[in-house]
Amino acid sequence: MNFILELRDLVKHYPGHRAVEGVSLSIPQGSFYSLLGPSGCGKTTTLRLIAGFEDPTSGDVLLNGEIVNHRKPYERNVSTVFQSYALFPHLTARQNIEFGLRRQGLSDVDRRVREVLELVRLTGKESRHPARLSGGERQRVALARSLVLRPEVLLLDEPMAALDPKLRKQMRLELKAMQRRVGITFLLVTHDQEEALSMSDQLAIMNAGRIEQVGSPKEVYLHPRSRFAADFLGAVNWIAGIGIRPEATRITHAAEGEVRSYPGVVENSTFLGDRIQVLVHLANGEQAVAQVSRNSSVFQPGDAVYLCWNAADEMRFA
Amino acid sequence: MNLRRWFLFPSWLWMAALFATPLAIVLAYSFLTRGVYGGIEQPWTVESYQRLFDPLYLSIYLRSIVMAIASTGFCLVLGFPAALFIASSPQHKNLYLQLVMLPFWTSFLVRTYAWLFLLRDTGLINSALQAMGIIENPLPMLYNDGAVLLGLVYGYLPFMVLPIYATLERMDPSLADAAADLGARPLATLFRVTIPLCKPGIIAGSVLVFIPSLGAYLTPDLLGGGRTVLIGNLVQNQFTTARDWPFGSAVSIILMGLVTVLVWAFLRRESENLA
Amino acid sequence: MKRWLAVYAAAFFAFLHLPLLTLAVFSFNSSQFTVWEGFSLDWYRAIVRTPQIMEGTWNSIIIALTATAISTVVGTLCAYGLWKRKSPFLTGSLYLSLVTPEIVTGIALLAMFQFVFRWLHWQLGLYTVILAHVAFSIPYVVIVVLSRLRTASPVLEEAAMDLGATEWQAFLYVTLPSLVPGIIAAALLALTVSFDDYVITSMVAGIDSETLPMVIYAMARRGASPVINAISALITVFFGLLILISERVRAAG
Repeated sequence: MNFILELRDLVKHYPGHRAVEGVSLSIPQGSFYSLLGPSGCGKTTTLRLIAGFEDPTSGDVLLNGEIVNHRKPYERNVSTVFQSYALFPHLTARQNIEFGLRRQGLSDVDRRVREVLELVRLTGKESRHPARLSGGERQRVALARSLVLRPEVLLLDEPMAALDPKLRKQMRLELKAMQRRVGITFLLVTHDQEEALSMSDQLAIMNAGRIEQVGSPKEVYLHPRSRFAADFLGAVNWIAGIGIRPEATRITHAAEGEVRSYPGVVENSTFLGDRIQVLVHLANGEQAVAQVSRNSSVFQPGDAVYLCWNAADEMRFA
Repeated sequence: MNLRRWFLFPSWLWMAALFATPLAIVLAYSFLTRGVYGGIEQPWTVESYQRLFDPLYLSIYLRSIVMAIASTGFCLVLGFPAALFIASSPQHKNLYLQLVMLPFWTSFLVRTYAWLFLLRDTGLINSALQAMGIIENPLPMLYNDGAVLLGLVYGYLPFMVLPIYATLERMDPSLADAAADLGARPLATLFRVTIPLCKPGIIAGSVLVFIPSLGAYLTPDLLGGGRTVLIGNLVQNQFTTARDWPFGSAVSIILMGLVTVLVWAFLRRESENLA
Repeated sequence: MKRWLAVYAAAFFAFLHLPLLTLAVFSFNSSQFTVWEGFSLDWYRAIVRTPQIMEGTWNSIIIALTATAISTVVGTLCAYGLWKRKSPFLTGSLYLSLVTPEIVTGIALLAMFQFVFRWLHWQLGLYTVILAHVAFSIPYVVIVVLSRLRTASPVLEEAAMDLGATEWQAFLYVTLPSLVPGIIAAALLALTVSFDDYVITSMVAGIDSETLPMVIYAMARRGASPVINAISALITVFFGLLILISERVRAAG
């Protein structure tokens, strides 16, 4: 496997703040890779180290096997899509997209711009200035601007943060399709676990400057290796030290034989549109949330029930 | 970044050559002696600084400080209501601001001369008063302390209005509403809520008026007619007519020192407030 | 209370503007005295016919244009440098030079020039005035451009470098274009400040480098004269328009 981007024991300390504490990652060429973590975990700093806006305190950044630690941003073949898109306001969309090409002095600028406009589906809007484009369109310009340079890695810093929820879901699919089409390695940084899970081939969970776990979305979601990872990737019920995801639980009126069952009392049930969430007060004093389909029987507050799950779905940590 | 260093270099050069060096020379001169023909000579001495304490000069400093305080006070009293008015006019704020700033941007000399024109014996005010029969002989309104004060206030009034306006702009309007809700009448709200909250703007405006008033030269020279001698006139006099450069330098250094201390104290307070 | 404020404001604005308006009105008075005797452009004609005034104006223009050109370039570069990384020393000295009383700046520059002339045997002249004007204009330019820069996003330059531009190219193609309105406003401010200066100029000007403010001042010290009214009116209108244009440019940018 060819690792287009490698981080080896990357450390970045600021006075009074340790942002990145020994991060090592190997990102395969052509993959959609996500760096997932809460705000302040150091993921944006890591991105900036890769892009060249910061110098590492120690450790190495390798691009295509070469150490690029001290190369300036314009000397690295990576490109960044900034969270705010950072479009140049005094230039049209086309001029923004051409910017990097013009710095390189290439000759077939027009053809490449036309191709990338088609790829991001912005053909026809290229003469507009950013102020006259919608949020989604601006994002496409930012993408086009970076993609047209055919970087070895495309870095995306919380690209969906500025879009409204409905647009986000749509963009996830488009972005994924785009990546497959161009074959460029995408490294996405986000705090939205649904985003990371739905788009990535592989993801790395980051917390307090360190990588907690690396794996495919399925692996990481079903077999988290730490409480933090479990909690961050989705909802978890912690029952007597064991973790169980709400969607893995069932509520029954009688204990079932081959599965784990816990007695409890229904506190309330909430209708969420596509499912019902039932809050159960367990016999040992803890609370758990169960998810049931909206067609299931109604549970009233005060009902005596059993919370059941399969042992295979348990998540235990030392 | 190397770029930054190249960019700052011309400014460094200019400030070093045309600001720091001249002041250093003045500092050096203040410790030297006046030559026979008005030049600069050795020996090094603190005689100039000792002469600063001569009662003749002390009265000049006192006058200058009083004048500066008076001009600041008048600017405050006159400027605050104006700032209040502008801040409470949502529609034409920018227009009013421009109206305040416009005279300021035109020539200071012209604006000072305007009062010369108005206040002189054959000027507009006297002529009008005489024509209306209110007075027989022209009032001596020019070439005295009052005229200088008027000139200073007129000249530096915008410096007071703008910082106060800026502070009022940023004030939360619901505070005045809350005061009213709790039973305060408009005047009480003004004195108990608005003005105290305006303190930063008032202090900024006062500093911006006090300092140039203290070092004023043009206004007392033109409107005071040589009778009102302030520190600025004293300095200019020493460097031209009296040809006593060491003494003039000493006065300048003291004035600079006073101004620097005031500004430093003000900036310290500002940064403390921000922290 | 609102009504009282409005009344006060009207009086306030009258106080601010009437003296200048009166000056302008009486510049058209055919009589020398403050009794209106008839409309006349005599005093304006006198401006053109007085060689001293024309020379002074010409000197002022040359000085102002040259000093503005230099101080705008130096000040813009300085503001950009300070925006990238603070230099408390430089910032402090810029602010200090702003609050230094003009008379002190004037005598200090005079002292320095005379000191240098001991060796070089040069004289005071237009060039000393220009040097002095650049020195006191730079802080104004820095303040205006820096305040404009503070509203700019440093991310844009990062994006430019990310796309392959060097630091210099990022400045040239991304930051500088957005600064143009601020630079124009700063230049107009420097122009105004330079043209209007009397105190510093009077200390460092040579014998044949009299500026318009110096001419006005000399005339004013002898007493009021309608010619000064006429000059004042012209200056006020000219710079008033200049500032209005500058505000438009700044608002549009």
